[in-house]
Amino acid sequence: MSQSWIMIDYGVGNVFSLMEALKRCGIDCTLTRDSQLIRDAKVILLPGVGAFEDAMNQLRKYQLETILKDKRDDQWLVGICLGMQLLYEESEEFGKHQGLGFLKGRIVKFVDPSLKIPHMGWNVLNQNQQSHPLLKNLQSDDRVYYVHSYYASEIEQKMLVASSDYGVDVPGIVMNDHVIGFQFHPEKSGQVGEQLLRNLKEVCV
Amino acid sequence: MIAKRIIPCLDIAHGKVVKGVRFEGVKEVDDPITLSKRYSDEGADELVFYDIMASVENRSLFLDVVSKVALEINIPFMVGGGIRTLEDMHACLKAGADKISVNSAAIDNPSLIQQGAQRFGSQCIVLSMDVLVEENGFARVMKKGGREATDLEAFAWARKGIELGAGEIVLNVINQDGTKEGFDISLTSAFAKEFNVPIIASGGAGNAQHMADVLQAGADAALAASIFHFKEVSIQEVKDYSRKVGCIIR
Repeated sequence: MSQSWIMIDYGVGNVFSLMEALKRCGIDCTLTRDSQLIRDAKVILLPGVGAFEDAMNQLRKYQLETILKDKRDDQWLVGICLGMQLLYEESEEFGKHQGLGFLKGRIVKFVDPSLKIPHMGWNVLNQNQQSHPLLKNLQSDDRVYYVHSYYASEIEQKMLVASSDYGVDVPGIVMNDHVIGFQFHPEKSGQVGEQLLRNLKEVCV
Repeated sequence: MIAKRIIPCLDIAHGKVVKGVRFEGVKEVDDPITLSKRYSDEGADELVFYDIMASVENRSLFLDVVSKVALEINIPFMVGGGIRTLEDMHACLKAGADKISVNSAAIDNPSLIQQGAQRFGSQCIVLSMDVLVEENGFARVMKKGGREATDLEAFAWARKGIELGAGEIVLNVINQDGTKEGFDISLTSAFAKEFNVPIIASGGAGNAQHMADVLQAGADAALAASIFHFKEVSIQEVKDYSRKVGCIIR
């Protein structure tokens, strides 16, 4: 297997900042939708901003859904923001839509009427798993930048690495074997975000 | 819970940062790339860039600055000024912006908000409004950088903008803008109570206390330009003060 990091290019959201943040953290990443490059990659990053259904349709349009579902067990798959939500079984965003199904749980909308939606801004990242390698060098009051209206619910607690309080316990980082999800934007989360990306680099070996 | 945001605002013309008083007497202050990097490193929670000379010839220069800044910073980045079409929005996002602020063009063509929200998501579309509070208390929405009156009332316009899909509002009160006498607390507070999207207060920041006051009054974020540009107060000083008086701050 090659040592390469690739980011899935499927026309969903702006990946410019994420690519630059990875570069600053010493991660050389290629933006591509080439099936061979994806199959050969060590780490597959799945970014995304926007609507769940559109994103799944884009993945299907480029025949990426099957390639991702057939990924090898030793390949890392890292979803960021909407990319993390796509890793789940289904979403209720504008109807019911099937996700990639790597993680158990479903994507639901914030319903507390007293809370502003989207959940937008800097929230404290609570550490659900002490001394998890993804949380190395993070402080208990560190904040990360979220922008989203839907969140992962009914998830398996043992997969929850870190979360934030927004009326409900919002999964911030999840991990199951070689599948990782970040609900917030590490590339927009200042120095904390860069530390998380450096941690990711150490974890994905 | 979520932290209140402190946001430096950079008005850009001819590739430089400028700041005027009540939109007049524009004065050059600094190189936008250096300043943005400094603010990002000093703990700014977000940056705002306005293209105040949004003409065709200046647009490419502005976008060039946007992309250079996006390379340097690791915090959210809002861009506005002269955004008239979906293509304008797309160009700014492609250059590295995270959010797009619309103002005058949305007044002329409200569907721009809806189109932008559908294509790029509500979190991406910010309705910026310049409001002049008249002597009889009528909060009038102005356009063209505050130079031209409209028939719109501030609450009605904000409500419509949110219905169309705006995910956030910048409330700039022209009466206060550039005065350094503090924000319009009552209007901002009323906005924050009325609407279920984040409200960014703008216009009138003169010191750390002004920023803290408007955050405590319900604003989700406070925006300032010259007090940061001229180093009258640092972002950390504003944050320390706001934290001390009880605001949740990053």
